[in-house]
Amino acid sequence: MSIDFYDQIQKFVGLEAGTQDGHDEVNQAMIRHWVEAMGDENPVYVDAQLAAESIHGERIAPPVMLQAWVMRGLKHRPESGGSPQDDLMNVLDGAGFTSVVATNCEQEYDRMLHLGDHLRTRTIIDSISDEKQTALGTGHFLTTRVEYETLEGEPVGRMLFRILKFKPGTGRSVSTEEESPPRPLRPRPALNRDNQFWFEAAKEHRLVIQKCSDCGVLRHPPRPRCDKCGSYEHGAVEASGKGTIYSFVVIHYPQVPSFDYPLPVGLIALEEGTRLVADLTGAEASEFKIDMPVILEWQDLDPDLTLPAFRPVKL
Amino acid sequence: MSEQNRLKDAGAIVGIGATEFSKESGRSDLQLAIEACEAAIFEAGLEPSQIDGMVTFTAETNPEIEIAKNLSIGELSFFSRIHHGGGAACGTIQQAVMAVNAGVADYVVCYRAFNERSGHRFGTGVQDRPMAANAESAHFAWYAPPGLLTPAQWVAMFATRYMHEYGATSEDFGRIAVADRRHAANNPKAWFYNQPITLEDHQNSRWIVEPLHLLDCCQESDGGQAIVVTTPERARDLKQTPVIVRASAQGAGTDQEMMTSYYRQEMAALPEMGLIARQLWNTTGLGPRDMQAAIIYDHFTPLALPQLEEFGFCGRGEAKDFIRDGNIELGGNLPINTNGGQLGEAYIHGMNGVAEGVRLVRGTSTNQPPDVENVLVTAGTMVPTSALILGKDS
Ligand SMILES: [Zn+2]
Repeated sequence: MSIDFYDQIQKFVGLEAGTQDGHDEVNQAMIRHWVEAMGDENPVYVDAQLAAESIHGERIAPPVMLQAWVMRGLKHRPESGGSPQDDLMNVLDGAGFTSVVATNCEQEYDRMLHLGDHLRTRTIIDSISDEKQTALGTGHFLTTRVEYETLEGEPVGRMLFRILKFKPGTGRSVSTEEESPPRPLRPRPALNRDNQFWFEAAKEHRLVIQKCSDCGVLRHPPRPRCDKCGSYEHGAVEASGKGTIYSFVVIHYPQVPSFDYPLPVGLIALEEGTRLVADLTGAEASEFKIDMPVILEWQDLDPDLTLPAFRPVKL
Repeated sequence: MSEQNRLKDAGAIVGIGATEFSKESGRSDLQLAIEACEAAIFEAGLEPSQIDGMVTFTAETNPEIEIAKNLSIGELSFFSRIHHGGGAACGTIQQAVMAVNAGVADYVVCYRAFNERSGHRFGTGVQDRPMAANAESAHFAWYAPPGLLTPAQWVAMFATRYMHEYGATSEDFGRIAVADRRHAANNPKAWFYNQPITLEDHQNSRWIVEPLHLLDCCQESDGGQAIVVTTPERARDLKQTPVIVRASAQGAGTDQEMMTSYYRQEMAALPEMGLIARQLWNTTGLGPRDMQAAIIYDHFTPLALPQLEEFGFCGRGEAKDFIRDGNIELGGNLPINTNGGQLGEAYIHGMNGVAEGVRLVRGTSTNQPPDVENVLVTAGTMVPTSALILGKDS
C-alpha cells in the first residue's frame, strides 16, 4: 500500500456524510411488531398501565430499535454520489477494493425513546484502517458514526457501523490454495454402556480387551453377559499390542474424505486370542499378508477419537 | 433346530409378478410395490379381495396397509416382516407357508420393492448415516471408524480369509459373475440382457475393495417383485400349475453378526447356511443330488462359494473346483442363477431369485434346464438368512 493512497483516504476521516430524517415518529405499531418478532415480552414496551407504574413512567421503545427509526426503507433510495461517503467508496473501488461486507455495529444510548419522538441522523466518517489481510481478502475497515437526535436537536444516541472494503479473490482460501482443505473427521463410533470403556481406554493409549470377572474369559467385541459362565460382571485387561493379520482388505471405492485411499484395513488376531478390526499402517497396501506379525501403534485422530493401528513388525 | 419341521410340502406358490427392472423407475417405491403385488395376484388368477395376508422385509419402506388400500385388498388377518436385509427373502415365503397352515390366512402376498439405484443406495453403506447408540447401530462402532463402511468392504474381509484358507482365486469368484452374465444375456427382463462378460473382463474391472473387483459386486436396481402363497390344496384350484414349497428354513449361526461374523473359530464358512441346509434336507429327505438347479444368493460373488459347500454340493473348500468343472453352467450338474442372478438380472434383495425358482419348476425360465424337479433358492449371506426348496406338485 502506498503512503499516498493511505493519506488520500485518511482525508475523509471526520467529514460529515449527510443527514436523514426518519419517515415516522416512534410509534406503538412498529414497537409491537418488533417485540413480537424478537420474542421480547417485557410489558414496558406495550402495556401503557404497567409502563406508567414503572421507573420509566410511560411506554418506551426497545433501545436496540434505535437504527430502525431512521431507515431509508425499500423505496426512495436517494441517488448516490455527491456525499463524502460516496466519494470515499469510489476511491476505494478505484483501487480495487470493490467488495464490501458489514463486520460489526455498536450502539450507545443517551436516553430512552418514547412514543412521538421523531429522529434525525447525522453520519460522520469516523475512521479508516490501514490495509489489513483478512480471511476474505486485503482491505480497509471503514467505520461511520451515526449520531441520532430529535428533530429539535436533542442527542439521544449514536451508532458505530463498521464495514470491510476488500479486494475480491485475495482471501486466505485463494492465496494458500496449495493447502488441502481440512479433513473431515472419521465416522464417529456410536457409544453406549457396553462399548464406551474401550474407546475411553483408547484415548489413554490403552488397548483393552473385556474380561469376565468370574471365569476370566476374554471377549471382543464387548458385551454385557459372559456366554461361557453367565456372569454379568466384567473388567478389562490391557493387550500387549502384538498380533498377526488374520484377514485384511484394501479399500479403493467409495472414497470418503476422512480417509486416504487405497486404504488397508486389517482383522488382527491379538496374541491374547481375540480379534479386532483396525487400520493397517507402516507399509504399502500391497505388502500386507495374512499371518504377518504386526504391532500396535496409536493414532490420535481428533480430540474425541483415538484408534489403534497395526504396522508390520520389522524383523 | 427342531427335528420335527412339519412344513414339508406344506405351501404352494401360485403367482409371481414384477415390475421392469431398471436404474431409474421414474415412479415411487410405493407404486412399484403396488404394481408388483397386483401383477402377482393377477397371475395367480385371484381377486385382490381374496388376499388376507402380507409379508415383507423390515427393510421394506412400503407398508402392507398402503398396498392393501391401493389394491382394494380390504381386510388383512396376517402381516409379518423379516429382519436382516436380503436374508429375509426366503423367510417371507416361510412366514406365508406357516400362516396358511396355521389357518390365520388363506392367500398371502410376499413382496419387496424399492428404487434402490435412483433412490437410497445400499452400496453407500453406513458412511452417511448418523449412528444411534442402540445395540444394532453400535455394532458398527467396530467397523466404521477404521473405514469399513459398505457391504462390499465387510464381505471383502471374509473373501480374503476364504481365499487364504482354501486357495480360491479372484478368477474363481469371476466365474460366478461370468455365469450370471451369460444367463442374463439370454433373459430379456435382465438389466444386462445381451451383455455377457468374459473372465478377462472380470479381471480387468477396477478394484472396489481388494479382493473384490467391480464385477464381483451386484448391481443396484429399481424394481419390485411379489409372490403369492397358499396351501397346495387351494393351489390346485387356481390358474397356474402349483409350485410346491417343499421346505423352508431360516438360520442364524453361532456368534452371528450382521455382515461381520469375524470372530468365529472358523471364519471362512457360513454356518447359518449349514443350519438351513440341515433343516431343508431333514424336512424333505432330499439331498444336493436331488436339485436340478439352484438360485444362489449373489450380492457378492465370493459368498456363492461357501454356500455351495454348506449345502453339500461339494466339500469344504472345494467350491472352486466345482465351479471350474463347469457344474454351475447350463448343461452342468447344478446350473445356478438362470435369470442372471442379482449381478445380471436385478438386485431385488433375493425376491427375484424366488420368482426364478418358480419359473424353473414351471419350466418357463429363459434358460430352462431339462427335467427340473427341485430347485434350491437361497437368501442373503453373512446375515441371518433363509432358503427354500421349490418343487413340482406330485
Ligand atoms: Zn465368564
